[in-house]
Amino acid sequence: MAKSKTPLLDELEKGKWPSFVKDIKQAAQKSPMAEDLLQQLELSYKDKIGHWKHGGIVGVKGYGSGVIGRYSDRPDLFPNVQAFHTLRVNHPTGWFYKTDALRKLCDVWDKHGSGLTNMHGSTGDAILLGTKTEHLQPCFDDLSAAGFDLGGSGSALRTPSACVGPGRCEWACIDSLDVCYNLTMEFQDKIHRPMFPYKFKIKVSACPNDCVASIARSDFSIIGTWKGKILINPAEVTIYAGSDLDIQKEVCDLCPTKCMEWDGKTLKIHDGDCNRCMHCINLMPKALRPGKEKGATILVGGKAPIVQGALLSWVVVPFMKLEPPYAELKDLIERIQDWWDENGKSRERLGELIKRVGMRVFLKAVGLPAVPQMVKAPRSNPYVFFWPEEIQKEVK
Amino acid sequence: MAKTDIGPPDYKTMLPPVISRNYGKWLYHEILKPGVLMHIAESGEALYTVRAGSPRLISTDHIREICDLAEKYCDGYLRFTSRHNIEFLLDDKNKVDPLIAELTSLNYPVGGTGHAISNIVHTQGWVHCHTPATDASGPVKALMDEIYDYFVTMKLPNHVRIALACCLNMCGAVHCSDIAILGIHRTVPKTDNTRVPNVCEIPSTVASCPTGAIRGDMKAKTVTVNDEKCMYCGNCYTVCPAMPIADPDNDGISIWVGGKVSNARSAPKFSKLAIPFLPNNPPRWPEVVEAVKNIIEVYASHARKHERVGEWIERVGWERFFTLTGIPFTDKHIDDYDMATETFRTSTQFKWG
Ligand code: HEM
Ligand code: HEM
Ligand code: HEM
Ligand code: HEM
Ligand code: SF4
Ligand code: SF4
Ligand code: SF4
Ligand code: SF4
Repeated sequence: MAKSKTPLLDELEKGKWPSFVKDIKQAAQKSPMAEDLLQQLELSYKDKIGHWKHGGIVGVKGYGSGVIGRYSDRPDLFPNVQAFHTLRVNHPTGWFYKTDALRKLCDVWDKHGSGLTNMHGSTGDAILLGTKTEHLQPCFDDLSAAGFDLGGSGSALRTPSACVGPGRCEWACIDSLDVCYNLTMEFQDKIHRPMFPYKFKIKVSACPNDCVASIARSDFSIIGTWKGKILINPAEVTIYAGSDLDIQKEVCDLCPTKCMEWDGKTLKIHDGDCNRCMHCINLMPKALRPGKEKGATILVGGKAPIVQGALLSWVVVPFMKLEPPYAELKDLIERIQDWWDENGKSRERLGELIKRVGMRVFLKAVGLPAVPQMVKAPRSNPYVFFWPEEIQKEVK
Repeated sequence: MAKTDIGPPDYKTMLPPVISRNYGKWLYHEILKPGVLMHIAESGEALYTVRAGSPRLISTDHIREICDLAEKYCDGYLRFTSRHNIEFLLDDKNKVDPLIAELTSLNYPVGGTGHAISNIVHTQGWVHCHTPATDASGPVKALMDEIYDYFVTMKLPNHVRIALACCLNMCGAVHCSDIAILGIHRTVPKTDNTRVPNVCEIPSTVASCPTGAIRGDMKAKTVTVNDEKCMYCGNCYTVCPAMPIADPDNDGISIWVGGKVSNARSAPKFSKLAIPFLPNNPPRWPEVVEAVKNIIEVYASHARKHERVGEWIERVGWERFFTLTGIPFTDKHIDDYDMATETFRTSTQFKWG
């Protein structure tokens, strides 16, 4: 038997977890691009470095984003991946698919590319991993005919994403899928034609469990929440009391605001003190439900570390009702983006810009009132700035 | 000419009928067993979700196999999760076990629900990116093989979210994970002065550096890097191929712990540095796998029920975390980079007034 050309990668075919190496080999049966990818990756495993480089902007007609250009630094050894660009395909909101749509996607990709994908990339898009420059446009044409479009990349609005929300989750306080789809359709131009200082991400979670990590991974985070009392179903509480859940220890004692009381029979919640963390609802889904007046908290500024350190999004609108056509929400997004576009330096994310100029300037510019929900605590340093109009003019 | 700006397919056309009928009217759910969720709607109808692991990097034939299964058991309806898992959406309880049996026979892990370790969110690594300090798919596969049991069971104090990013750009936004695996470069780019004049544009190379570490030398038509300012991000290599940052002996992996995203109990928090450097040791990264396993095991045996990794560490204290895990504390663990904005409310936890 011939000796394997990929002894290192072969090691990763062993073990119980599904192996990406098997998938690359499977695609390599049909595609010389996938075969060269496999061989180049083996070389990376041997050399302990990557073998890709940047260079040359590539794309499809009319769009400035959606394609990531990539070139091998060893085209002499791996000519079939000399150019190996990926297409970011905007996923159906919530990552729901009917198989006929998925099969169409596969057929298009087998025709034009390596046959390898990421389902899905960390951007949320379906990633079609690797093809040659001349295949990009025909591939896009066929994708479009199959009902798919590209997602965002570069200094554009990135493909928005949402938690499963009302599609399957009883805790959804907003229609995360509809909000996300609606914004995606409204902002097609901003997704496909980069014109911002840098990237801009919107993610929608329908409750504070934040299953799409919008607080950590988006510049504009929309998180469902409620006002008023948590709804209690006493009969179900009694059933939980008889189960192996220890209501005192596991629910009340872990409530961060200590606003729950349990006397062995009745569960009381002092809702004014509750900060809607979801813990009790998570543990007793049959007995407790979010309150009736539902909406979203809007937070901004979240980003990964580059350049000035990671930020989590912070509150700018404590409560906004979200109902189609979401005019108030869209208006706020536009105002914020316009301000950022005008004032942001190149490659400065929204959060960094606000950090640089101050919340005071941001709030005034986009017309939002300062409220205590925005901070953990008021400032403790005395370097307070006032607007000129707040200063008493000299009396002559 | 292809139509542009059509947007993604309307998700409403992708929803199984049982979801369309009960959209927004779900009453409660139960995890029937690892990997199986049952959602009950106000109408009394039930939706069964079977969750299976995937390597994320999958071939079209693999997707077709998943389609075959979805067509056989759930009328062709499925979804993917943000952690790269596959979810089959069934309305018939009787098909759940046969589906699991077939998935198991095809070596799909079924699990990732509740107090488990779900799939590892990760990035491209050596498979497709140009600045990685390590591979992504390889370390993930090696680690998931070893902690497989935690995917198919629910025996941890709470769920443990693991993420991997192959350089500090952190495309995977790993910075809020229970355990984050992060590739790091430790050496400045090696400028090839003979090639810079030919392949690089000096002003854009200078401008590419976020810390202002690059100075143009217009006379020699090249650039110099101020070693003290460079934080090894690789941005310059993006613009200037004559400034490679990869270094086989000095690139490697750092481990970060205790982050979370959900607002449950404690506020969302960043992951914090546990291990500053482990070597790249392909194909199976044994040092990394061992280190992560150790942290998981110590957490599993010390945390109280419902405590996330970060909540456990904050209760016992970081100094005890280092004692319990046996991880050495070094001068690298003490922050000396600029971090502010601490008074902003980075949570949805507040009172109405
Ligand atoms: C200051 C210099 C540059 C920086 C910091 C930079 C940074 C980036 C970043 C962050 C991305 C990733 C986009 C994403 O996250 O999706 C990207 C993508 C890309 N860059 Fe650059 N880049 C620079 C210069 C260039 C140059 C000079 C070229 C070409 C000559 C180029 C071509 C591309 C291409 C083709 C992509 C993929 C397509 C896209 O995402 O729009 N870049 N670059
Ligand atoms: C200077 C900074 C950055 C550079 C140069 C950069 C560059 C890139 C490049 C080249 C890719 C494409 C990888 C590939 O497919 O070959 C990429 C992907 C990506 N980037 Fe970045 N990036 C930067 C910062 C960030 C930040 C701060 C975030 C998030 C907050 C981010 C999020 C992403 C995501 C989610 C992907 C997709 C990853 C995947 O699914 O594999 N990037 N980036
Ligand atoms: C029936 C559906 C679901 C239920 C009952 C559920 C339940 C929960 C709960 C209780 C938490 C908070 C855990 C804690 O910190 O104590 C949580 C967090 C989370 N869930 Fe879900 N979830 C569901 C669906 C999903 C889906 C579909 C995804 C993604 C594909 C997802 C991803 C996450 C993530 C990323 C977090 C945040 C993790 C973190 O704090 O780092 N969840 N979920
Ligand atoms: C613009 C800002 C500040 C101004 C104008 C200011 C002014 C003063 C003045 C006039 C004194 C009395 C000195 C004396 O009687 O000898 C003083 C004392 C002091 N300040 Fe400040 N201060 C400022 C900020 C701060 C801050 C931010 C801190 C601490 C975080 C601080 C801590 C102290 C302490 C500890 C004393 C000594 C108090 C004592 O001995 O009883 N100051 N400051
Ligand atoms: S964020 Fe909340 S509503 Fe959305 S899926 Fe997660 S638990 Fe459900
Ligand atoms: S949601 Fe959180 S804060 Fe509110 S009562 Fe429940 S556990 Fe307490
Ligand atoms: S984390 Fe770094 S190396 Fe990995 S895909 Fe993102 S930019 Fe590339
Ligand atoms: S690696 Fe990053 S910080 Fe270092 S010189 Fe290059 S661009 Fe600047």
